[in-house]
Amino acid sequence: MTVRFTSLLTFLAAALVAGVSSATEVGDAVNGAKVFQQCKACHQVGEGAKDRVGPQLNGVFGRRAGVIEGFRYSKSMDRMGNDGLTWTAQTLDAYIENPKALVSKTRMNFKGIKDAADRDDLLVYLRQFSDDPANFPEAEPTATATDHDIDPAILALQGDPEYGEYLAGDCSTCHQRDGEDAGIPSITNWPAEDFVVAMHAYKRKLRPHPVMQMMAGRLSDEEIAALAAYFEALE
Amino acid sequence: MKLNRRHFIGTSAAAAASLSAPMVLADGHGKPRVVVVGGGAGGATAARYIAKDSKGAIDVTLIEPTRMYYTCFFSNLYLGGFKDIEDIGHSYGSLAAGGVNVVHDWAVGVDRDAKTVSLAGGGSVPYDKLILSPGIDFVDGAVEGWDLSAQNAMPHAYKAGSQSELLKAQLMAMPEGGTFAMVAPPNPYRCPPGPYERVSMVAHFLKANNPTAKIIVADPKPKFSKMSLFQEGWANHYEGMIDWIGEDFGGGNVSVDPNAMTVTIDGEETKVDVCNVIPAMKAGRIAEIAGVTDGNWAPVNAADMSTKADAEIYVLGDASQQGDMPKSGFSANSQAKVCANAVRGALTGSKVFPARFSNTCWSLIDTNDGVKVGASYEATDEKIAKVEGFISKTGESADLRKATYEESEGWYAGITADMFG
Ligand SMILES: Cc1cc2nc3c(=O)[nH]c(=O)nc-3n(C[C@H](O)[C@H](O)[C@H](O)COP(=O)(O)OP(=O)(O)OC[C@H]3O[C@@H](n4cnc5c(N)ncnc54)[C@H](O)[C@@H]3O)c2cc1C
Repeated sequence: MTVRFTSLLTFLAAALVAGVSSATEVGDAVNGAKVFQQCKACHQVGEGAKDRVGPQLNGVFGRRAGVIEGFRYSKSMDRMGNDGLTWTAQTLDAYIENPKALVSKTRMNFKGIKDAADRDDLLVYLRQFSDDPANFPEAEPTATATDHDIDPAILALQGDPEYGEYLAGDCSTCHQRDGEDAGIPSITNWPAEDFVVAMHAYKRKLRPHPVMQMMAGRLSDEEIAALAAYFEALE
Repeated sequence: MKLNRRHFIGTSAAAAASLSAPMVLADGHGKPRVVVVGGGAGGATAARYIAKDSKGAIDVTLIEPTRMYYTCFFSNLYLGGFKDIEDIGHSYGSLAAGGVNVVHDWAVGVDRDAKTVSLAGGGSVPYDKLILSPGIDFVDGAVEGWDLSAQNAMPHAYKAGSQSELLKAQLMAMPEGGTFAMVAPPNPYRCPPGPYERVSMVAHFLKANNPTAKIIVADPKPKFSKMSLFQEGWANHYEGMIDWIGEDFGGGNVSVDPNAMTVTIDGEETKVDVCNVIPAMKAGRIAEIAGVTDGNWAPVNAADMSTKADAEIYVLGDASQQGDMPKSGFSANSQAKVCANAVRGALTGSKVFPARFSNTCWSLIDTNDGVKVGASYEATDEKIAKVEGFISKTGESADLRKATYEESEGWYAGITADMFG
């Protein structure tokens, strides 16, 4: 059986009405294996998989981010792991869609897979190499909202740097303007787009840090744009 | 009732300001003038932001008697041996370089009609807007047997600096198997988790240096900030060392004898080796002298931190009565930025943005075992009201606790840079 993540909720709802039938032709591991071709330059999965440029992906579902012994992760990934980021269908989906949305300075230098169906297939494929492969509905929360990517209209917002400067008062209590990043990452001179994408991931609670979820939670789209504009231009 | 607006502090404060600055004269160059009293978490931030953001359009004077500000935040880590005293000291040089006129003196009087602040060293400073961030003073008679004259025998160490050093020296000199007592304060007080972080840091020190020593805490409260986190940590790291006596067991019925070095809790007298008395608190005296307090604290408007009593006087930080925010350095810093924006707007017509506040308080329980609590706040007509909060959980992984501690170090560097530049 294959399950497409995107339609899982609909599927479950339908299944409640109709009773589970065999007509659940969703998610395609065969296509997923093809999608995985673009990952192969860096990642291995399956028997004998080893860490390469990226970590091996056996057992990735349910694993905390940044925990493979001996693999050198980015500081960003270490932080996210400590904050509690765990790889589930939902977080993997968001990460594969746009790695920087979840882990700003990830070493995974990859633009992301924008096609939701391809991501579903890829996850179905990868899921075979984690425990409990066949059991999507019963396993760890797999139902997921699909598109995590930000509406281009939000990315296109021009922030007001003066407002950003005022709002930045809330950031600079912890994030040092001079770029020092021990204990707390630096946000000075961040590309505006990365900033916006990261803040929206906190706002949607895809990123785990409770302080940041709270701070981002009350910022409007315009306010995030204002902050992004301010920090990008900071001298 | 008509307030008598001209009040002066007595001679003790004046005598303490022996290193007073030269006379400060009103200069007539016509720029709007902001005077800030108190160069701590609230005052330093407000002075710096107004000077920085007004780019010279506002004349900013900061009145602060001490030449080095020792942060209370991380002063417990100093007791525990995680920081040196130099690590928590900050001078005012960078504020002065940033355009703030720093005057090392005590403010001893406020004339609200003439709009001047008088200094212990003589002279007075005129203001258009006055910002008071004097921190706390202690309520007289709050702990039977203790007053300020006993602060050498039984330190409070709730203003950092020499008091912190004294408490540390006493801790280090404790005899083997001796007793450390703390008298904890009633609500509301500066830094709700502060006394309990201190207990943790004292326990950390004793565990390594004097493991049979004991800690007794007499507490007038039935519960306290991050209680389950601290209690979990105490059980894990300091099993059997800490005896916390809450309200239910008479923890609020306390007297001390600084000469005999005894503490009497609910009728039972104990001889102790160190006694850290943290009395009930009130706004720093100058707020009362300015006539902007009501009871122990100064009520303020949430939108800009202006006082209910006088629209030209603002009170920040611990001294203010604002609603839901805890009295913390983080809160004072957050309030200062809202106030700075509003004051600048009022004086120069710059844009005033809506108030928003936040707070996070980290505490260290043992090496690499950090926890935190925090919330965001908004201004309503009545008060600063809590919007949303979070707290560390019991049973968190060691990695997360370590990351939380490292984060607190990042925060310390961040907030002190934000205060002093
Ligand atoms: C042990 C301990 C641990 C703490 N830990 C934390 C923590 O981890 N995080 C946190 O956010 N907060 C913490 N705090 C709380 C924090 O220190 C205070 O909430 C904060 O300092 C309040 O800022 P403030 O501006 O109101 O007062 P202060 O920072 O105390 O500044 C007041 C200043 O005013 C000056 N002053 C007073 N009267 C006059 C006068 N008449 N004229 C001129 N100057 C005057 C004083 O010299 C002083 O420098 C802790 C406090 C303690 C005691």
